[in-house]
Amino acid sequence: MTRPNTVIIRYTMANRVNHWITAICFVLLVLSGLSMFHPMLFFLSGLFGGGQWTRAVHPWIGCVLLISYLGLIIQFWRANLVNRDDAAWMKSIKEVLVNDEDHVPPVGRNNAGQKFVFWSMTLLIPVLFFTGLVIWEVYFGEATSIPVQRVAVLIHSMAAIAAILVWITHVYAAIWVRNSVRGMTQGYVTPGWAWRHHRKWLSELASGQHGKTTIRKRP
Amino acid sequence: MSDLQSQDYVRRSASTMTPPMARSHEDQVAKLIDVTRCIGCKACQSACMEWNDLRPEIGHFEGSYENPMDLGPSVWTLMKFAEYENEQGNLEWLIRKDGCMHCEDPGCLKACPAPGAIVQYANGIVDFISDKCIGCGYCVKGCPFDIPRISKKDHKSYKCTLCSDRVSVGLEPACVKACPTGAIMFGTKTDMKDWAQERIVDLKSRGFEKAGLYDPPEVGGTHVMYVLHHADKPSLYSGLPDKPHISAVVEAWKGFIKPLALFGIAAAALAGFFHAITIGPNEVTEADEIEGARVLRESESEKSP
Repeated sequence: MTRPNTVIIRYTMANRVNHWITAICFVLLVLSGLSMFHPMLFFLSGLFGGGQWTRAVHPWIGCVLLISYLGLIIQFWRANLVNRDDAAWMKSIKEVLVNDEDHVPPVGRNNAGQKFVFWSMTLLIPVLFFTGLVIWEVYFGEATSIPVQRVAVLIHSMAAIAAILVWITHVYAAIWVRNSVRGMTQGYVTPGWAWRHHRKWLSELASGQHGKTTIRKRP
Repeated sequence: MSDLQSQDYVRRSASTMTPPMARSHEDQVAKLIDVTRCIGCKACQSACMEWNDLRPEIGHFEGSYENPMDLGPSVWTLMKFAEYENEQGNLEWLIRKDGCMHCEDPGCLKACPAPGAIVQYANGIVDFISDKCIGCGYCVKGCPFDIPRISKKDHKSYKCTLCSDRVSVGLEPACVKACPTGAIMFGTKTDMKDWAQERIVDLKSRGFEKAGLYDPPEVGGTHVMYVLHHADKPSLYSGLPDKPHISAVVEAWKGFIKPLALFGIAAAALAGFFHAITIGPNEVTEADEIEGARVLRESESEKSP
């Protein structure tokens, strides 16, 4: 296969650093959180130096994640605004799932699936943060009544499960749609990738709507 | 408190395995607190502190007979004083020794995420094994009686052990030993219930028609029981719950959501795996690259005539 000699910058260095800080925090939160959720996964607390350390460190990682995710919201909210293309894309979800790209309507920078991941996390992360504060025993153990804490811990665990399911979708989609991971590690995609998966975005780039810096020689 | 106990477990927190059951034929024990005979001397509180080496911080006088004002990591039992004006307009002083009720179906144990941090012995005593406690506070949410308290110093949860260390060597709990009026008794649960019935008959004959035993069935009964003069209104006694039960929220969280969530996560991961080995990756073709390059080239030539 010919190697295209021009590539398109999909994620800037700031995007990537911000994304991976969030990703690292998320993975650590999943591991420590699940260890306190199900006895069969309690062994995961060993990764954090035992149960006491897991309990102590989990909320702090959560704080870092919230701040980091706010950065992602600021950088990506505009690209995730829902438009008419999303409905059309969702209607052809069957074709999407079987890699039949010829019968999938063209979309812009993000498709409806990517927007779903973005908005789900935008909803779930603040929910997790605030319910997490309520059950942060060390600092807020006496701040709310016990019935409130009971509800908070239930919402926290259900929101966490929802976030894990969204995250699995996100990770699998990145692996499944080849060369997407490179977009988030090295920052660039090829014109062919953009043509195949985000045709309207490619046209916008070609017409210079996003400035010239996004297209450059292959590194 | 410690796991250097000679007693066998019948329940163990955060454990999917059944604890060894063979030696479980043991008499159920119970502490019976006869509120009607309590004089509020706090000997039980002192004895608890002494036996368990607890020294809560000395606080301030708050205008109440209660001292300290609440249970704490170093206050495992507490006399609570309630003034009640009865139907005849007479004042009744209802004094209740508060502390862990040692539920047959313990909410703390159900909520606890640390394997073996909360156990129930074959004799029914519910005990916290401190070195396994992670300080999360889930026991506080599980408890229907608002009993466990988390220490800010060592981040461990504490409560009455029913002197499990004394009981395992055939002694009665320290509070029982110290009570000067015999208001606190200890023995097999059957004996304690029998004794309570005698006492209730006596109380009824003396005009306390609603006298009765507090052994709430909603938590499977408790291993600490009260004889109350007003058994129809337990909440008169400084908020003793009328119908204590493990919250439905906790039951949902630790009941069906816990296994369902793991199943859901596993199913999602498996769905991804099987999609990968059936449908397979979505790869950019050479035709795509040619088309993509064409779009970019055409736009270049448009801009530079």
